[in-house]
Amino acid sequence: MQIFFQQVINGLSLGSIYALLALGYTMVYGIIKLINFAHGDIYMLGAFWGYYVINVWHFNFMLALLSAMVVCGICGVIIEYLAYRPLRHSPRITALITAIGVSFFLENGMAYLFGSNARDFPQVVKQVNYDIGGVRISNIQLEILITSCVLMLILQLIIKRTKMGRAMRAVSVDNAAAELVGVDLNRTISFTFALGSSMAGAAGVMIGLYYNSIDPLMGLTPGIKAFVAAVVGGIGSVPGASLGGFLIGLLETLVQSIGLSAYKDAVVYVVLIVILLIRPMGIFGKNVKEKV
Amino acid sequence: MNVLKANFKYNLCWFIIMITGFYLMNTLIMVGMIDSFIENMLVTIWINIILAVGLNLIIGFAGQFSLGHAGFMAIGAYTTAIITQKTVSIGGFYVSFIVGMIIAVVAALIVGIPTLRLRGDYLAIATMGAAEIIRIIINNMKITNGPAGMFNIPQFATWPIVYVIMCITTIITVNFINSRGGRVIKSVREDEIAAEAMGINTTKWKLAAFVLGAVTAAIAGSLHASYLQTIAPNDFGIMESISILIIVVLGGVGSVTGTFLAAVVLGILDTVLQDFGTLRMVIYAAALVLLMVFKPSGLLGTWEFSIRRLFNHIKRRSV
Repeated sequence: MQIFFQQVINGLSLGSIYALLALGYTMVYGIIKLINFAHGDIYMLGAFWGYYVINVWHFNFMLALLSAMVVCGICGVIIEYLAYRPLRHSPRITALITAIGVSFFLENGMAYLFGSNARDFPQVVKQVNYDIGGVRISNIQLEILITSCVLMLILQLIIKRTKMGRAMRAVSVDNAAAELVGVDLNRTISFTFALGSSMAGAAGVMIGLYYNSIDPLMGLTPGIKAFVAAVVGGIGSVPGASLGGFLIGLLETLVQSIGLSAYKDAVVYVVLIVILLIRPMGIFGKNVKEKV
Repeated sequence: MNVLKANFKYNLCWFIIMITGFYLMNTLIMVGMIDSFIENMLVTIWINIILAVGLNLIIGFAGQFSLGHAGFMAIGAYTTAIITQKTVSIGGFYVSFIVGMIIAVVAALIVGIPTLRLRGDYLAIATMGAAEIIRIIINNMKITNGPAGMFNIPQFATWPIVYVIMCITTIITVNFINSRGGRVIKSVREDEIAAEAMGINTTKWKLAAFVLGAVTAAIAGSLHASYLQTIAPNDFGIMESISILIIVVLGGVGSVTGTFLAAVVLGILDTVLQDFGTLRMVIYAAALVLLMVFKPSGLLGTWEFSIRRLFNHIKRRSV
């Protein structure tokens, strides 16, 4: 039982990272129906930014996290402006290829500038382990869990309570109608990208602290898994993405703990296919009827 | 067979063009214009053409967005590697070909029957997941030598074999596209509900295109393994699927001519940029984004080079 709870704790901390990433996917997909393949690489940029400011400017953890969020938010907006905006009315597959191109560009650009070797992330927070009834939990895990829950709550408030959030929801339902009632489409989409990318930036800094190692290709697999999480939770739904992230994180650590770590990625994909077949709109997704 | 007869004249023309190409290549090698470096580049391009034509059939003509092509390629590659290492003979090579195709058909049916009910991006993600599952299984099997991959695979796929097989798969695929079946899958692409209302069993035809594409991918995988002599599970990851997809989209979704052009352009670009190291991928990515932003329909769109049209054109001129 202790082992089980230990794995649950580990799974929740990993899951909260996936959840933060999945939020970006779900918002962008909800609003412009694009699988933003470059999202995982924004998370990588966040981790590198954290590495840089902690090493060079000696920022503390909170300051590094917040600055990474701002920088990644700006990066997201720039990427949307340069690469995705000109393609808004072209076929979906073209936009998808562009997103893949942007992802290649960021990965290889970073590998070219900083080398493709893994680096040690500076340990700004000294690890302290607490023992609660035989279950070991570190302050880093607690910090990740609390920070990501706070971020998710803030995001939920922005989407539900602010004017911009209402505009985002309106655009995701019907962008033409939203424009008719005076929503500025470009500004809303930019804002969505800024919001999603800043979540990814925060996740990047936290994963650097947790795994202690960063490299230019670190965004690829977590990016895809986070997208899986978004689909499982119901794409376009914010609580769904959070739930999906936690589910995928838990599943991965549990599979690993029963000795099948070689198959942990396969299990995630099997779950994805099963969910898509039983409930294609995901756990919290709305069922959209197709009209002829 | 009716299709082949109806298009006999045009197929014959293509056949002559292909034979000419073969002898051109042969002569250029003999006079030393093509060294082993260029030959290597050409064979890679041809294998990519087989892969991309198969994927274009699924994406461009049947309209089903599959991101799992590398999985079927891995099946063909590993079947050939395992069988030819056990029985080192050209016969073993052809047997491995057939076995690879059969396994690919079975895998495509297992993957396709449930997932082809999905649409668009969901189908893409599901097929990508299926391909990853295939790769992870290969990664953990004893017979495939795990993550280290297989090496010293006997080389049976020389350039003439790859060339001939590329021609055969392309002729079969193009004839399928121009047949009744091809028109059916195009109607499914245009409007699935309308096609269904016309009495077409859409699932069956989508599956047919998917299986045919998977078989060509397995063939390409066999050639890849036998030509390069080394394979590893990581060669068949998401990146490989994406690079095949890039060829299809770059050439124009729904244009076989475009696929040929894009495979050649990308193959040459790849070779030219080889000296740049990491910067190569940066340039490649930037070029891809720029091309998509300024020419979203790909190089040729849906334009197709057709001998029939050329004939008609000449006939009209002379009248």
